[in-house]
Amino acid sequence: MLYKESGQFVTTYRFDKRFFRLKQERLAFALLLAFAFLVVPSIGNDYWFSAILIPFLVLSLAGLGLNLLTGYAGQLSLGSAAFMAVGAFATYNFNLRIEGLPLIISLILGGLTAGGVGLVFGLPSLRIKGFYLIVSTLAAQFFVQWVFTNFTWFSNNSSSGVITAPPLHVFGSDFNSPVGRYLLTLTVVVALGLLAKTIVSGELGRKWMAVRDMDTAAAVIGISVPKTKLLAFAISSFYLGIAGALWAFTYLGTVEPHGFDLTRSFQILFIIIIGGMGSILGNFLGAAFIVLFPILLSNLSSGLFAGAIDPGQLENFQKMIFGALIIFFLIKEPNGLAKVWQTVKQRLRVWPLRF
Amino acid sequence: MNFFLEVFTGGLLAGVMYSLVAIGFVLIYKASGVFNFAQGSMVLFAALTFVSLVERGIPFWGAFAITLITMAVLAWLIEVLVLRQLVNRSPITLFMATLGLSYIVEGLAQAVWGAQVHALDIGINDEPYEVFGILLSQFDLFAAGIAGGLVALLGFLFNKTRIGISLRAVADDQLAALAVGIKLQRLWLIVWAVAGFVGLVAGILWGARVGVQFSLSLIVLKALPVLIIGGFTSIEGAIVGGLIVGASEKLAEVFIGPLIGGGIENWFPYVLAMLFLLVRPYGLFGDKAIERV
Repeated sequence: MLYKESGQFVTTYRFDKRFFRLKQERLAFALLLAFAFLVVPSIGNDYWFSAILIPFLVLSLAGLGLNLLTGYAGQLSLGSAAFMAVGAFATYNFNLRIEGLPLIISLILGGLTAGGVGLVFGLPSLRIKGFYLIVSTLAAQFFVQWVFTNFTWFSNNSSSGVITAPPLHVFGSDFNSPVGRYLLTLTVVVALGLLAKTIVSGELGRKWMAVRDMDTAAAVIGISVPKTKLLAFAISSFYLGIAGALWAFTYLGTVEPHGFDLTRSFQILFIIIIGGMGSILGNFLGAAFIVLFPILLSNLSSGLFAGAIDPGQLENFQKMIFGALIIFFLIKEPNGLAKVWQTVKQRLRVWPLRF
Repeated sequence: MNFFLEVFTGGLLAGVMYSLVAIGFVLIYKASGVFNFAQGSMVLFAALTFVSLVERGIPFWGAFAITLITMAVLAWLIEVLVLRQLVNRSPITLFMATLGLSYIVEGLAQAVWGAQVHALDIGINDEPYEVFGILLSQFDLFAAGIAGGLVALLGFLFNKTRIGISLRAVADDQLAALAVGIKLQRLWLIVWAVAGFVGLVAGILWGARVGVQFSLSLIVLKALPVLIIGGFTSIEGAIVGGLIVGASEKLAEVFIGPLIGGGIENWFPYVLAMLFLLVRPYGLFGDKAIERV
C-alpha cells in the first residue's frame, strides 16, 4: 500500500474541484514542478534542452490542444498544424508590427488569432459531422499553408515565407539561452495545462463530453450543441496557436510554412492516440513517446547494427513501426498510455495484493 | 471558348482519375464502414510492386497477376490483423487504425522496392487528339475508357452476382446480414481485395502519367473531396464527384488562380466540397443518416 486514500474525505465543493484529490498526488505534482523548474535547469545540457525537452513540451501543448477538440469534444481534426501555423505567424506579426508590444502579449494575441481562425473552420461542424468534418479541417490545413506561402506580407516579405524568432525578452529578462527558452516554454505549458484541467473538469468540459458521447442526446438535455462545438474549436485552436508560436520561437528559431504541413498534424494526432484521448496527462506521455522513440530507434540501430541500415531504410522501418504501434495501441489500449498509468497507480494502491 | 472547353474536358478527364481512387474508398466504406485512409498507400504499394516486377522483365499481364495476388494477401493480412481485432469499435477508431495502416504500407512499399522514381510505360502515346476542334489527351481518353469499363465491371459484380447481393445486404444492415448467414469476414476480405485491384488499376494509370513514386500515396488527399461531394456510399457519387472536382479544379486554376497568386489546386476542391456539404450534408448521392437517442 504505497498509495492510499483512506481518511481523505471530500467535505466541501471547493475540495471537490481540486486538481488532485489525494495528498500524495498533490505532493508528487509539487515535487515534479520543483524538479522541472529548479533542478532540471542546473543538471540539463544544451542538447537536452534544445533537442528533447523543448520539443517535448511544445508537442505536449499541441497534443493538449487537439485533445480538447478530439478527445473531449469528439470532433476529429486533421488540421492541427494549420492552427499552429496561424499562431506562429500571427505572433510574429504582432511582435513585428506593433512597436514595444511585450512578447507575452503578442503570444496571447497570436493564440487568440488562431482561436478565431479555428472558430471559422469549425463553423461547418454545425451542419456536418463525423468523417465529413475531416474535409473542413483539411481545408484549413491546405488553405492556411497556401496563404502563408503565397502572401509574403505575413513573413515580412522574406523569401519562401520563412520567419525568424525575435529576441525573447520577457519582463526585462533575457530568455534566449537554451535554459531560458526551456523555462519560458515550461512556464507557458504549465499555466495552460492547469487551465485546461480546470476547463475539462468544469461545466464546459462536461458539455464537451456529452456532445462527444452523443450529440443528439446532449441537445435533448438542453446543451447548446453549436455553442459547445464552436467553443471547442476556438479553445483548441488557441492552444494549438500558442504551441505553434512556441514551436517557431523557442524550439526552432526560424520556421517556414512548410514546417506546419499535414505530417505535423498527423504527428499531433498520433500523440493523442498513443497518449490517450480525453486525458490531460496523456498528452505529455504521448509527446514524450513521440520525441524519444525516433531517437531511441536510431541509437539502437547504430548501436546494434553499426550502420548496416542506411538512413533511408531506417526511416521506412521507423514509419512501419510507428504505424504498427498506432494499430497496437488502438487494439490493445484504446485509452493510451494514460490508461497504463492509471493501471499502475491502481496496482500501487493495492500492493502487495493483486486486487 | 475553345480554350474554355479544352480546359473543361481536360479537367473532366483528370477527374476520372480521381474517381478511380475514390471508388476504392467507397467499396470499403460500404462493406465495412471503414473510412480507409490507407487507400492511397495501397495505390502506391500496388503501383510500386507492379512497376518493379515489370522492370525485372516480367511481362505486363504476369506482373499484373502477381501484384493482384500480393494485394489479396495484403487484404487478408489487414482483415486478420487489424479489422478482426477492431470489430465493434467506433468509426473514428477504425479511421485512425487505417492511418496507422497507411504508414505501414507506405513504409513497406519503400522498404522493399526503394524510394526512387520509376517511369512506367504502358504503351499509349500521350499525343493530343482532335475532336470537334478541341485538343484532348489520348492518354486521358484511354484512362476514361478504363475507368468506364471498371465501373461497368463493378456494377455487374455488385448487382448480378451473389457476392454483390450479400455486399449490399451488409451495407444495408450488418447485424441483419449476419443473421441470415452471410459470412462477414469473408466478404470483408473480398472487398479489400477488390479495393486492392481498383488501387492497382488506379496506380498503373497514375503511375504512367506522373511516374511511380511516393507522392502517389498523396492522391488520397485528392480523392477525399471527391468522396465528400459524391457521398461515401455511392459509386455513381464517386464518378460524378470526380468529374466535378476535376473540371472545377482545372477551371479555377486557369481562370481564378492567376488573380490570387496561383497554386490553388491544393485547397480549392476542399472549399468546393465544404460548399457542397453546406447544402447537402451527406454528399450528392450519400445515404442520409437518421439519428435516434
